[in-house]
This record gives sequence, structure tokens and C-alpha cells, in this order.
Amino acid sequence: MMTDGASHSGRDGPQDDFRSALLGLIPHLRAFARGLCGRPDLADDLVQETVMKAWAARERYEAGTNMKAWTFRILRNHFLNEIRRSSRMTEMDEGAEDLHLVAAPAQEDALHVSDLQSALYRLPKERREALLLVGAGGFSYEEAAQVCGVPVGTIKSRVARGRAQLMAILGE
Amino acid sequence: MLSKPHGTRPGQPRSERPASRKLAAPRWADELRKLYDDVVSEPLPDSFNDLLKKLDRADDD
Repeated sequence: MMTDGASHSGRDGPQDDFRSALLGLIPHLRAFARGLCGRPDLADDLVQETVMKAWAARERYEAGTNMKAWTFRILRNHFLNEIRRSSRMTEMDEGAEDLHLVAAPAQEDALHVSDLQSALYRLPKERREALLLVGAGGFSYEEAAQVCGVPVGTIKSRVARGRAQLMAILGE
Repeated sequence: MLSKPHGTRPGQPRSERPASRKLAAPRWADELRKLYDDVVSEPLPDSFNDLLKKLDRADDD
């Protein structure tokens, strides 16, 4: 069944490479998405949509460049758009900015919610994502800057402030 | 108690404060990494099985 795709044309070689690389990134995309929004179900929706977007945009990916950073950037921008959209949809709720996507970790997961997790969701999302990328995902400052579309110095300062704030919240 | 407090020698630059060493690997940093790595190593939920088919379909459009 899967081999049907190969009969389309000879272009499928690089396409297949792209596809397996993309699919290989899914576990990482899930971890980043989970960290961003805190809700496993919504995080997985974000990842699926990200994969579809990345696939649709594959012509724009330059082979040999950092595909992980490229897909993380798509995910991150999609996430921010969804937040904006959901806050427009709920604008009756004054100040309910991150309402659905960045809920405090879901009730049903209460057993798994650590102090760290709840502290993480009290950070501004810019700091949270910087910490996730650099502190958890092993991204360099440069790669994280690429994902977030900001200068390297901005990432460094977000990481530093995020760390300081986390430690203050956790009392370490 | 060690009787020779190395850190108090007058000419010593204070660049190696104990505090900065502690910052290198606080407990929460390991926990943060674990939080992330645990998701990376989770098996993919079934909902991802359809994704491959969706990619194929997207190709045909």
C-alpha cells in the first residue's frame, strides 16, 4: 500500500527522504508542543497540523539546512496563531489570553503535574519556549533564535530570565 | 569545617563563586529535560497512524 506512492514519478526519492525525516521528528515535535501548551491532546493536534503544514511547504525547505529548527518554527508559529485565534473567539473573557491552549496543566493529569510543570506555566510563554528549546530540547542559542525568529541575544536573555524566575518560584 | 578557606585569599578573583557552580545543574534543570525526554520516548498515539495516509492524500491533490 505504502509503495503506491512510488509509482507517481521519479521525484519520489527526495520526497521520501523528506517524509521520513519529517516523521522522525514527530516525537520531538510532540515534546515541544506538550511543553508549550501543557495539554497532551491539544499538543498532538498541533503536531499533526504542523506535520501537514511542513509537508505542504516542503518545496520551501532548503535541503541540508536544519530541518528540526524549521519544523519547530512552523509548530511554534502555528501555536501562537491558535492562541490569538482562541482569544479572539473568547474575547468576552477579558484577559483570558492563553485560555484554552495554555491551560494550567489539565485536571485529569493532576497526578503527573510536578512543581516544575506548574512553575513552567506561570512563566511568560516567550521564556517558557526559550527554556524548553535550550534547557530541555538541547537547542543551541542560535537554533532557538532561528525557531523563535529573534536575535540570539534575545534568546539568551529569555533563558536567563526564565531560569531566574523558575528558581524564584520553586524557591531553589 | 575546613580550616583553610581558600576563597578569602585577598588577590583571588571572585569568578568562581560556589553559587555559579550550583547554577550549572540545579535539580529542576534535570527535571525539565526529563519532562521533555519522556515525551520524546513515548510511543506515538494511534491518531498518528492516519497521518501517513493524510500525507499521501495531500500528495494527490
